[in-house]
Amino acid sequence: MPLDPSFVGRTYPPTAPYQVGREKIREFASAIGATDAAHHDPEAAQALGHPDVVAPPTFPVIVTMAASRQIIEDPALGVDYSRLVHGDQRFAYTRPVVAGDELVCTNTIEDVSTRGGHGFLTTRTDVSTVAGEPVVAVWARYVIRGEA
Amino acid sequence: MELPAKTFQVTRADLIRYAGASGDFNPIHWSDRVATKVGLPGVIAHGMFTMALVGRAVAEWAGAPDAVVEYGVRFTRPVVVPDDDQGTEIEVTAKVRDVTEDGLTRLDVTATCLGEKVLAQARAVIRTAR
Repeated sequence: MPLDPSFVGRTYPPTAPYQVGREKIREFASAIGATDAAHHDPEAAQALGHPDVVAPPTFPVIVTMAASRQIIEDPALGVDYSRLVHGDQRFAYTRPVVAGDELVCTNTIEDVSTRGGHGFLTTRTDVSTVAGEPVVAVWARYVIRGEA
Repeated sequence: MELPAKTFQVTRADLIRYAGASGDFNPIHWSDRVATKVGLPGVIAHGMFTMALVGRAVAEWAGAPDAVVEYGVRFTRPVVVPDDDQGTEIEVTAKVRDVTEDGLTRLDVTATCLGEKVLAQARAVIRTAR
């Protein structure tokens, strides 16, 4: 079933705040082998001008992937999750995520199209603090594979 | 200018650790049974794990953990990770495309596994070292 192009431009209500923990940043950094002290030691992060340990660049995906379920599981849009493939991912940072951040995601559908029997869905997630300070904008493009 | 290549070894244990750290428990990243059922040759790495390793390379080239201003990739080919002690390897190289007047450096990044590109249009913008 082709995706409904009238969903382009739709913005969803902000998600519940995600509390960024120091240990979560350390765990994520360790899982990708990122040994820079600023990911692990608050004093090293403070020396770079950050209030607490700094998350690696792709850390925000933890928050945005969970938030994107708002779109992917929207029954009105009707994405077939079993045919969903992650195509592209992009981040544009205002500043790095740091421990102590309380992050809220606002999802927007930027593009919906069908080509060659496959569906394409581009989402933009604006990640900001609960106080409204922008942190990072995150784009994901998904391919919904057509029936072969 | 070409930056020095970096090589990342990826084993099944790394995928399990990344699954736990990221919360992405899709079974194609840990179960051969499920991966082969959906037509993959076997367990594959999370695309976001590959992206994270490449992001690490970019931050290391930048010389600062907080220097990445923009970073994007297209996932073109799965990274198959065999169930043995060696796993597989991802090699990452980059070229400096340009340096802007306001102190930003744009990189074109290449990531390969067994000689095949696993990412396309991999680009990063970093703040030039302080």
